[in-house]
Amino acid sequence: MSGGTYLGMPSFPAAARIATQNTQLRANLTRATHTIRDKRAKAVTELEDWSELREAGKAIKDHTLRNLDTYLVQLETKVTEAGGHVHWARDAAEANRIVADLIKATGETEVVKVKSMATQEIGLNDALAAEGIAAYETDLAELIVQLGDDLPSHILVPAIHRNRTEIRDIFRANMARYGRPAPDELTDTPAELAEAARLHLREKFLRAKVAVSGANFMVAETGTLVVLESEGNGRMCLTLPETLISVVGIEKIIPTTRDLEVFLQLLPRSSTAERMNPYTNMWTGTTEGDGPANFHLVLLDNGRTDTLADEVGRQALRCIRCSACLNVCPVYERAGGHAYGSAYPGPIGAILTPQLRGTSTELDASLPYASSLCGACYEVCPVAIDIPEVLVHLRARVTEQEPGHRAERAAMKAATYAMTHPATYRAAETAALATRRIQPTIAPMVAKAWTDSRDLPELPKQTFRKWWKETHR
Amino acid sequence: MPTTALFVTCVNDVAFPSTGIATVRVLERLGVEVDFPEAQTCCGQMQYNTGYPAEAKPLAAKFAQDFRGYDAIVIPSGSCGSFVRDIHPRLLGGGAPPPVYELTEYLLDVLEVEEVGAYFPHKVAYHPTCHSSRLLKLGDRPTRLLSRVAGLELVELPGAQECCGFGGTFSVKNPAVSAAMGADKVAHAVESGAEYLVAADNSCLMHIGGTARRAHAPIKTLHLAEILAATEDAPYQEAAS
Repeated sequence: MSGGTYLGMPSFPAAARIATQNTQLRANLTRATHTIRDKRAKAVTELEDWSELREAGKAIKDHTLRNLDTYLVQLETKVTEAGGHVHWARDAAEANRIVADLIKATGETEVVKVKSMATQEIGLNDALAAEGIAAYETDLAELIVQLGDDLPSHILVPAIHRNRTEIRDIFRANMARYGRPAPDELTDTPAELAEAARLHLREKFLRAKVAVSGANFMVAETGTLVVLESEGNGRMCLTLPETLISVVGIEKIIPTTRDLEVFLQLLPRSSTAERMNPYTNMWTGTTEGDGPANFHLVLLDNGRTDTLADEVGRQALRCIRCSACLNVCPVYERAGGHAYGSAYPGPIGAILTPQLRGTSTELDASLPYASSLCGACYEVCPVAIDIPEVLVHLRARVTEQEPGHRAERAAMKAATYAMTHPATYRAAETAALATRRIQPTIAPMVAKAWTDSRDLPELPKQTFRKWWKETHR
Repeated sequence: MPTTALFVTCVNDVAFPSTGIATVRVLERLGVEVDFPEAQTCCGQMQYNTGYPAEAKPLAAKFAQDFRGYDAIVIPSGSCGSFVRDIHPRLLGGGAPPPVYELTEYLLDVLEVEEVGAYFPHKVAYHPTCHSSRLLKLGDRPTRLLSRVAGLELVELPGAQECCGFGGTFSVKNPAVSAAMGADKVAHAVESGAEYLVAADNSCLMHIGGTARRAHAPIKTLHLAEILAATEDAPYQEAAS
């Protein structure tokens, strides 16, 4: 039940090349992303003060990040006062260890899960499986991914790469391995698929003694955690079990309850294109006779403090995981989410993953280049993360670190030398025009990458510069 | 008398001189005395966007020096225009950006001319390149100019706001995705029924046009300036290839 793994995945261009040839995947993604992109545009246009909300969201997050040390301690105090227990995890291994130990202490061997990006990021399910603990995903799309031994490919819609028929087949083949089997006569109509999932999950909700969640927001002044969801599975997990363990990135904090006014408008409209999400769950510590008796909050760093130290890159920590950038990204649409090799695909993943994990692997170093810098992501981001700016910033980091960029660096230096030395520049121009071809000066590989799919323009007989001299001097 | 200079861009200088020539013709026809500082080369965008800011900085400094003293610098490229305006000040440690205008900005905002006396009896679709629309925010300037061109029929481009997939070195670093995006842009251009796909950036058009030629798609690409330069007396002539 461990599912797939991102370890050892190829670089983005290699994975994307394969994905672009998968016509079924392309069709699934294009249909899904265009539908939700159009809906989002409509939902956002309804609000006259959208740009002010966006500015407010950005300002609140920036303020919080600047004062994170204060707010985290305040949150810890409030959660503890309200009967919860706060744990601090430096990295994925530490967080997984804490969660596994907490579950073991209850004597349970299975947990139900609310959809959570943080636990995907740290690979919690695999870590728990290694300890003999079964973690059951209860969000419909996460269930589809888990049953299919698959990986999520979208932040909001993890199974966006699957169509109805594929889902039907996965349910039929694998539900029995995890619990209540799918009905034999299951068809691929949405209502039947939803009913099969409902019955399968109901069993889990009623049996589970421990739940694991993440959180969309943590309110520092009260110690309240907030989870937004659409299916009600979150409500079941957050209220029925005896023990609740929430793993939350330290950047999910907001100072006051009042700040939710901004984010409860920004998030649903940006992610599901809804005016309001169906379920907004809030809890503060524990309450006798109401909900879990034991509450543990695991605060996760896992690269966030390092990200915060980078003046340009830190804006990525404003992200509220809405997925709007994925849904408008032409590269995501064609490459699919798996090519990004992380729980965070798409434009936000391309700037978050290399900061959280570093750029030491070929895959992570290729992510800042997984963009044409078209800027559609920045345009829709509800907290105004200038993703293209961060991408270019991270490219500079990669070229400084990677020895693999030696040839490219030499070419860039040569280009700048020519461009700042008029005689050299004119000589290069003359050479190009002599053959009326653009010279593959950087490397033959580069020329091939272009000409595999495109013709190069034939160069004209004379440059503009020459024309100017002949006509204007 | 305000002085106006042309920054033709390195790509246009070598690969698309006809765009530079067209820009000069339009400006001179409208009575602008345009200068071409001959020391000019490149704005440094390729180096910067590929991850080599240190290689872009000398070019930003050179640009500032080459164009010092001009009241207006006209650039027939949305992408280079936005780079000079937005990034050069950052590279040079602050200060006001040089007074750069993408061609349509100069025509509409400075000269305040919408009707430039052009003639182009063809069906045309306009592609708002990403940098010209999202960074420079040209808005409807290009289509306002195009809609006043005699004989020109402007048709709608499906999925106009979608990136063509050029993206500078993206086109060779992620060739598969770039090609897939280019193919979709070409398909949309063909679907529009236009004879010419027009834009304010020759780099994007080089990618779209190269993709179209390889696929033998019935669509030609052309820079906006060349349409605005064409008149009934001196109509647009395709370069013999």
